Amino acid sequence: MIAVKKLVKRFGHKTVLRGLEFRAEAGEFIALLGPNGAGKTTFLRVLASLSSPTIGEVRISGFLLPGQSAEVRRRLGVVLHEPLLYGDLTAEENLTFYGRMYGLADLPERIAATLELVGLRGRSRDLVRTFSRGMQQRLSIGRAVLHDPDVILFDEPYTGLDQDAGNMLDSVLAAISSQGKTIVMTSHDLARASALASRFDVISRGVISASGLRADLGPERLLPFYQEAVRAG
Amino acid sequence: MQASRTQAYLRSIHAIVWKDLAAEFRSRELFSAMFVFALLVILIFNFSLQLNPRERQEITAGVLWVTFAFAGTLGLNRSMAIEKDRNCLDGLLLAPVDRSTIYFGKAIGNLVFMLIVEAVILPVYSLLYNVNLFNPGLLVVILLGSIGYVAVGTLLATMAVQTRTRDILLPILLFPLILPVLLSAVRASAGFLQARAMTEIWPSINLLVVYDLIFIALAFMFFDYVVEE
Repeated sequence: MIAVKKLVKRFGHKTVLRGLEFRAEAGEFIALLGPNGAGKTTFLRVLASLSSPTIGEVRISGFLLPGQSAEVRRRLGVVLHEPLLYGDLTAEENLTFYGRMYGLADLPERIAATLELVGLRGRSRDLVRTFSRGMQQRLSIGRAVLHDPDVILFDEPYTGLDQDAGNMLDSVLAAISSQGKTIVMTSHDLARASALASRFDVISRGVISASGLRADLGPERLLPFYQEAVRAG
Repeated sequence: MQASRTQAYLRSIHAIVWKDLAAEFRSRELFSAMFVFALLVILIFNFSLQLNPRERQEITAGVLWVTFAFAGTLGLNRSMAIEKDRNCLDGLLLAPVDRSTIYFGKAIGNLVFMLIVEAVILPVYSLLYNVNLFNPGLLVVILLGSIGYVAVGTLLATMAVQTRTRDILLPILLFPLILPVLLSAVRASAGFLQARAMTEIWPSINLLVVYDLIFIALAFMFFDYVVEE
């Protein structure tokens, strides 16, 4: 589903990703862990086609980036730090806008189903600027899954959420994951990552320094695994 | 196949224009800022330049376009800031559409905002400067000048909004580039206001059309590079 070979990303003289290798199969839920500045967000932006690789090959659903980026974007949902929503539009209008940008048919039905999924059906006519951070994050996930993508990328989705909003996000992510989507999520929150992901990849200094399955590690061994991987990187 | 691609292209442009208009008609932030600013510029010119009626007639076109240009800059900055503040530009870039649709959608939205502000300002201007601005030829010039202005302005605003100094960078980049459009628009407008022969006005109108086409073509070619990280 995702195949990345020898990915290098430079910004001027600064090299952020240094020959990164990555692979994700259909239906996997991968947590990308790593310290600040390790290159997690840069890697996610390259996968999202928002940033071009300096060197290396990136394929998603068989399509090459950046050459076939429109095909990739059609199959990709992305949730970033910011919700990418317009505050002066209602939840429904935001989804209508993005649905039109993706050329979706049956838009009213899709929007209703998406708002139901993220638990915002009752707030569909409210302006997004009146939403809490947690509600905006859930609507942002709705925006990302509206076109039924094969792959969904999450960049630190729990940032700025309180405990309740985090728990609600857990259930939304679990529901999306149960639909068989391939999910790649960057996170600092090992506890939440361990509860949701099926695989943990640690990025350190621009490469994947370790990779482990939940089945092998279990929640109790994740922290030592992570600390060791960061030290090794 | 080609027809469906064209349809998809136009549908994306329409979606962006609809989104900008819907958000603006709800908040009215951009309209109010542009309108108040344009009104202030007109009043300042009116009271600071103590001119006799003949002199006033001669400078009317220049003052009119300076007002449009200043108010337009405010609108362009705000229109792109909305996309950048919540990182919505990334949301647009993630859509599976040709990126030039984003340019055309934003440019058409900006043009509509600018034309609405101009339509509100013209009667006030006509009253203060005691000139009949409701001349079909003049209205065509205003349309052509505004198209050239937003064509290059939207591209530069997209560039400027990605820098920390976006508020000051846009006018610094825009005004030198837009000078040919403004000069042609002022000459053509003055020609209509002073009822000169069409043979005198045509060269300026032709120049305006040529500048509009060049600026649109350049923006179409370079927009992808401007939004590339």
